[in-house]
Amino acid sequence: MILEKFNKTFESKARLGIMSVLMVNESVNFNSLKELLNLTDGNLATHVKALEEAGYLAVHKGFIGRKPNTLYLVTTAGRKAFEDHLSALEAFVKNS
Amino acid sequence: MNEHLENLKEIRSLMERSSKFLSLSGLSGISAGLIALVGAYFVYAKKVSITNNSDPKGIFDAALQGTDFKMFVFKVACFTIIGALISGIYFTVKKAKKSKEKIWNNLSKKLLFNLSIPLISGAFFSFALIQQNMLWMAASSTLIFYGLALIFASNYTVRDVFYLGLLEILLGLVSVIFVGYTFLFWVLGFGVLHILYGSSMYFKYDK
Repeated sequence: MILEKFNKTFESKARLGIMSVLMVNESVNFNSLKELLNLTDGNLATHVKALEEAGYLAVHKGFIGRKPNTLYLVTTAGRKAFEDHLSALEAFVKNS
Repeated sequence: MNEHLENLKEIRSLMERSSKFLSLSGLSGISAGLIALVGAYFVYAKKVSITNNSDPKGIFDAALQGTDFKMFVFKVACFTIIGALISGIYFTVKKAKKSKEKIWNNLSKKLLFNLSIPLISGAFFSFALIQQNMLWMAASSTLIFYGLALIFASNYTVRDVFYLGLLEILLGLVSVIFVGYTFLFWVLGFGVLHILYGSSMYFKYDK
């Protein structure tokens, strides 16, 4: 029953991690995410892409001086989806 | 099941690590407190030598007997702040290295920025009060502005800092009422409270 509520998009540690960081920060850039989650560039890019396609995070491309600075932030849909997923996780852990 | 529990723990830890600067060391608090006590001792000793009166009450009345004392208090205050800052930064850098948190990241920048607004305002305000010969009022105002700075900054670090800030403000406000005892409240706020909170934070987070 509860398992049905698990969101397939969040079925990887990396994606759970990305969402956790974005939930408590207004916006986070690529490098900070990489360091916090200990991921490679390619790995992080793939997961971010998946979350973006699901509509859970928004990407703001900008520059600091001449260096590109890409910021990620959670969308309203992403916040809702992640909260639902967390509740399902908690319920599952409690009941078993 | 275990995997999900692990995930939940990891989520909580990431939320905390990514939004709070956790390398603030309890030892920074303890050293700041000790330095404040040393500074306070110098001021007290100077007062005794000027007035030949060892009563800690009304310590700033010594300023009425010439500007010498005022200048002395101002110098001690500057050395105390610089000493507390240097030792505070030293222990925090040490802890950050140990836990491999970057010392100069978004969070420490936000923390410093939020600390500095009330602190700089307070510094100018207290300086003006000293110039007007209101030393006791300056001591109270440093407590209040410092408390506000801690409350601002507490959004970006451990919760303990918030309660320390509240207590500093409370001491500052009470010290305005009990005129004559301002100096003792200052010693309580900057010396004793720092040592108490520093020790508690040290045993909670640094061990």
